[in-house]
Amino acid sequence: MSGARSLMLALENQGVKHIFGLPGGANLPMYDELYKSNIRHILVRHEQSAAHMADGFGRVSRKAGICFATSGPGATNILTGIATAQADSVPMIAITGQVPLNMIGRDAFQESDIIGMSNPVVKYAFQPRNASDIPLTVKKSFYIAETGRPGPVLIDIPKDVQQNVADMEFTTKFKIKGYNPWIMPDIIQIEKAINMLISSKKPMILAGGGVIISSAFSELQAIAELLTIPVVTTFKGKGAFPENHPLALGPIGMHGHAEANKLMTEVDCVLAVGTRFSDRSVGTFDDFEKRLKIIHMDIDPAEIGKNQTTSIAIVGNVQTSLRMMVQLIMQRKLNQITNCEWIRHVKEVKEYWRDNLKIHSGEMSAARILRKLRSVLPKNAIVTTEVGQHQMWASLFFDVIKPGTFFSSTGLGTMGWGFPAAIGAKVASPNIPVIDIAGDGSFNMTENSLATSVLENIPVIVFLINNFSLGMVAQWQRTFYNRRMIGIDLQNCPDYVKLAESYGAQGIRVESLDHLEKAIKTSLKSDIATVIDIPIDPEEDVLPFVAPGTSLKDMILPS
Amino acid sequence: MYSILSILVENKPGILFKVTHLFRSRNFNIESISVGVTTDHDFSRMTIVTIGNEKQIQQIVKQINKMIDTIDVKILNQNKSVYKETVLFKVLKNSKLNITKLNELLEPYNGKMYKGDISVIIELTETPDKIIAFEEQIKSYNILETARTGIVALENNEH
Ligand SMILES: Cc1ncc(C[n+]2csc(CCOP(=O)(O)OP(=O)(O)O)c2C)c(N)n1
Repeated sequence: MSGARSLMLALENQGVKHIFGLPGGANLPMYDELYKSNIRHILVRHEQSAAHMADGFGRVSRKAGICFATSGPGATNILTGIATAQADSVPMIAITGQVPLNMIGRDAFQESDIIGMSNPVVKYAFQPRNASDIPLTVKKSFYIAETGRPGPVLIDIPKDVQQNVADMEFTTKFKIKGYNPWIMPDIIQIEKAINMLISSKKPMILAGGGVIISSAFSELQAIAELLTIPVVTTFKGKGAFPENHPLALGPIGMHGHAEANKLMTEVDCVLAVGTRFSDRSVGTFDDFEKRLKIIHMDIDPAEIGKNQTTSIAIVGNVQTSLRMMVQLIMQRKLNQITNCEWIRHVKEVKEYWRDNLKIHSGEMSAARILRKLRSVLPKNAIVTTEVGQHQMWASLFFDVIKPGTFFSSTGLGTMGWGFPAAIGAKVASPNIPVIDIAGDGSFNMTENSLATSVLENIPVIVFLINNFSLGMVAQWQRTFYNRRMIGIDLQNCPDYVKLAESYGAQGIRVESLDHLEKAIKTSLKSDIATVIDIPIDPEEDVLPFVAPGTSLKDMILPS
Repeated sequence: MYSILSILVENKPGILFKVTHLFRSRNFNIESISVGVTTDHDFSRMTIVTIGNEKQIQQIVKQINKMIDTIDVKILNQNKSVYKETVLFKVLKNSKLNITKLNELLEPYNGKMYKGDISVIIELTETPDKIIAFEEQIKSYNILETARTGIVALENNEH
């Protein structure tokens, strides 16, 4: 059997049903086998989108999404998508064609050293040199991509290796000597952590993306409720905890909720779960470290102490760690509120900011349109975002009620991620509405995915918060560069209604909240992609704002 | 502070690239590196000397450990380890060079000398501080070229 055939069988054995990709000379043998396979191919218009679709699929299904690209430019095009997945710990397998083995290193047509280029942004990369290596390579790739801290794996297959015929072995058992993703959390550390939490006066839970990756929602909620500890999240952890819960304070960080940032500077003990203390979440670290006791749970030992000194480290899958913690808390029957005063204070601060945070006065302010979206969307709807002001407004004004339904490119901040990722998410959950909260600039980057959405019949909604500009950059120029505006004006081009229609999708422009409500309802019922174009005031800023290089306590508030 | 890291990795194509790339992308420096296949040809041992405070060294060790091709990594205890480097000096034969004197200098270090027509090559296998001390002693000679292997090291008295 040929290498390409064995690849397809190995993928089928892993339960793969969809591949996002675009063919070219160096991966044609794989495509020829894909033609004969039951796996569905979803054709993209740019390989970056193939990777983002696989990424969206992976985040929602928690299984590796698969993308295909040819050698050379195909491979370099998916690189941004791979880096995005790596930055957000998403399981993915990218499979590229490569020039034949004897051409490698000779600057052959469409040769690129994708193994070398991708090295810092993959969890692992393979370049099988014999056709017979392929089945085991695929097995190992899934194992590496999906276990431990998930991440993207690249398989770069030279064309002759795809074509060569060999005896294939599909059932080989394997062990990867240097890779042990199953670290059992240390129960003694967990015991200590509980003692530290219950003896602190102002405890807080900081939930990161790890809670979402490991689906540790009920465990997290149990701990918060049993010990009555308020919960903030990172932006990546947004929706790790229901944001309408009385103990929920929402995301902290550069554009965190005012109440979350305020209270975070007052705490004396933090249970940080599945987070890497990124600069966007915690601002400058120094202030944090001084008087704070940090309990850090993470699956990746390299995250312990990387950005933050911790008092107690608990290494392991955070769902397992949290579950052990819940059991110990229950055994000890710890469920009375020991921190009444703190909880009262938290409630006051939260209520104050929920009532008094000034929002833009216009009818179509970001806050109003996003609250409208929330009120109309079903709770289980999956939301992706692009990158920019709209993303941060979504963080501020769109409450995630069902945990694990909100996804964004938080680590790399890749504009253009949200729309293809929404398509991938829809493939993973075809019966759930999927909506991309977009900015015009970001949408421009991958809007040609409308073709994929329409022709492949994968309907999603683009909720386009249109400020005719690269708004986030414009805000920085207004704030830090004395309004010297350059390189931000998009001038409402193209006409998004016509753009959508030209792809055979539906385009609706809305000018009022009532109209918006109708448009959302129409698009939810529609069986084709809908772009809802929502013009807003281009001068609207995202506030609160913690300027880069400053601390959470220096948060700039709306005046 | 100098740390000597002893890293056991899978002996695979590109492994040296991956480890050195990790140092670069995580903003660490390599003072010296030596790599060689072990008795078991499936593995290679790298000995890397790097500089950093304790927290930084811990972090690089964790990052190396995280690499899937890494089997083991440890920070060597310098008191318990044998660590040596080989250095070659090529010295011009001229009036400044007194061969008898050089032989005397080499003796305590067990050094060797290879004579050529217009230059001599000195070979020394020693700890880095002794090499520095020796270099100081031959400073007045006309040294044409130097080559060093980087440190190789193993920790003694281990299970
Ligand atoms: C690929 C990429 N290029 C550039 C940036 C820098 N950047 C961050 S936000 C932003 C503006 C985004 O504009 P838009 O999508 O219209 O969203 P808005 O801020 O207007 O809501 C830019 C250019 C980025 N994050 N990603």
